[in-house]
Amino acid sequence: MNPTSTPPAPAPGATLILDCAAIERCLKRIAHEIIERNPDLSTVALIGIPSRGIEIARRLAAYITEFSGTAPFTGVVDVAMHRDDLHRHRLPPRVERTILPGDLSKLTIVLTDDVLFSGRTCRAAMDSISSFGRPARIQYAVLVDRGHRELPIRADYVGKNLPTSHGQRVHVRFEATDGIADSVWMSHD
Amino acid sequence: MSAATPLQQQKPTNQPAPWTRKDLVGLQELSAEEITLVLDTAAAFKDVGTREIKKVPALRGQTMVNLFVEASTRTRVSFELAAHRLSADVINVSASSSSLTKGETLKDTAKNLEALHADIIVLRHSSAGASQFLAERLEASVINAGDGAHEHPTQALLDTFTVREKLGRVAGIHVAIIGDILFSRVARSNIHALLKLGAKVTLVGPSTLVPREFERLGVTVTHDLDSVLPAVDVVNLLRIQHERQRKEYFPSLGEYTALFGLTKQRAERLKPGALVMHPGPINRGVEIDSDIADSSRSVILDQVTNGLAVRMAVLYLCAGVRAFK
Repeated sequence: MNPTSTPPAPAPGATLILDCAAIERCLKRIAHEIIERNPDLSTVALIGIPSRGIEIARRLAAYITEFSGTAPFTGVVDVAMHRDDLHRHRLPPRVERTILPGDLSKLTIVLTDDVLFSGRTCRAAMDSISSFGRPARIQYAVLVDRGHRELPIRADYVGKNLPTSHGQRVHVRFEATDGIADSVWMSHD
Repeated sequence: MSAATPLQQQKPTNQPAPWTRKDLVGLQELSAEEITLVLDTAAAFKDVGTREIKKVPALRGQTMVNLFVEASTRTRVSFELAAHRLSADVINVSASSSSLTKGETLKDTAKNLEALHADIIVLRHSSAGASQFLAERLEASVINAGDGAHEHPTQALLDTFTVREKLGRVAGIHVAIIGDILFSRVARSNIHALLKLGAKVTLVGPSTLVPREFERLGVTVTHDLDSVLPAVDVVNLLRIQHERQRKEYFPSLGEYTALFGLTKQRAERLKPGALVMHPGPINRGVEIDSDIADSSRSVILDQVTNGLAVRMAVLYLCAGVRAFK
């Protein structure tokens, strides 16, 4: 796909916030920050929150490998079975297989997700991980922080801080998962 | 630590699970896509059993009632453990200890359970259609744990899950179901699941228990086990149900074993890698030789483990639909 062409908007009237090149810059910067914060990269595992956090973990791992020569473990943490809001979904959220390293006790887990909003997904991810073991520490990387936290949670690595109102929606699209050029959008409901 | 590459295989989707049913009554009405969804969901839930903490909060605060009007141990225990793993509360009601023995109707018993805020009712009943009957009348999710000779959907789902897990796929796999097909809800549910997912099914047994009418479902019927064994990838042996059978269906257990039992000699005719399955409880020396039941071909205990995962998936999906407000 031609990176300079504008991809189709995910909703009528949506505004483009980050294009392909801007997303790449954000993720490369986060990769550098992860390297800086974690001198021993062999104990770092990048764990994606479905669905697009998995793609972010994959991209960050590729950049970290490129910049440092160390390839971090990449995995997945299912949050569907740890949510506290099953009754708010018309259809049950899809359950994914969790893929974590065997022994968590000496690891730094970097949770990755596309958008940080209420913080409830991150809480569910931490609950899920704690049922597998006790990692040495958990860090949190997000592409977009849109504010409106409902829990005392903050991200260690943020691609873009995006002030939003409650009625607005943030859409993230990846070529790899959506077949649409990498882009972040904001729209009004 | 080396970079793992499992992410390449995982294709994430942002869509919710395409599941819209509050009840699971049978597999006849399910699409191939719905069956595959249950199997995929079960694969994720299976891993819960390997965690340090074997429990997830998905159904916290919900109440599941095991209403077993017909005796069962393994299915009831499996549902009970599945509910515990999902953090639901569980109550067990059996026919002998309930007011059903005092003449209360099934509907009244179930309505009373619902008045106590039961969210999920798992029903085992000797009459075909009992689950459908309750599902239409209750707000609660109704899960069929076996209704007469009609269906036993979670058993067939766990059988199909085991085939997929061991052989990598279901489409194109040739499964022989052997034994008492006529009275078997397990066979009926298995036939629906396997055919929908593209497997080939051959039914084997005495003509009294495997009538030709079954061919209308799209399966092959034969009464000659020896000719079938070299061709199949899976044999699923059904228990001879002493408690249901009257003498006229076959002369003796000895004759049944001689003609349809999976003896050591017969098992040698199987392809290398062919699986031996049995829904249990097994009658050693009747439908299966003890040595075969304990052999490396046998996946009988894997079926039990997988049953837990499949039931967690079914409870999660059905309760998830019912819980939406």
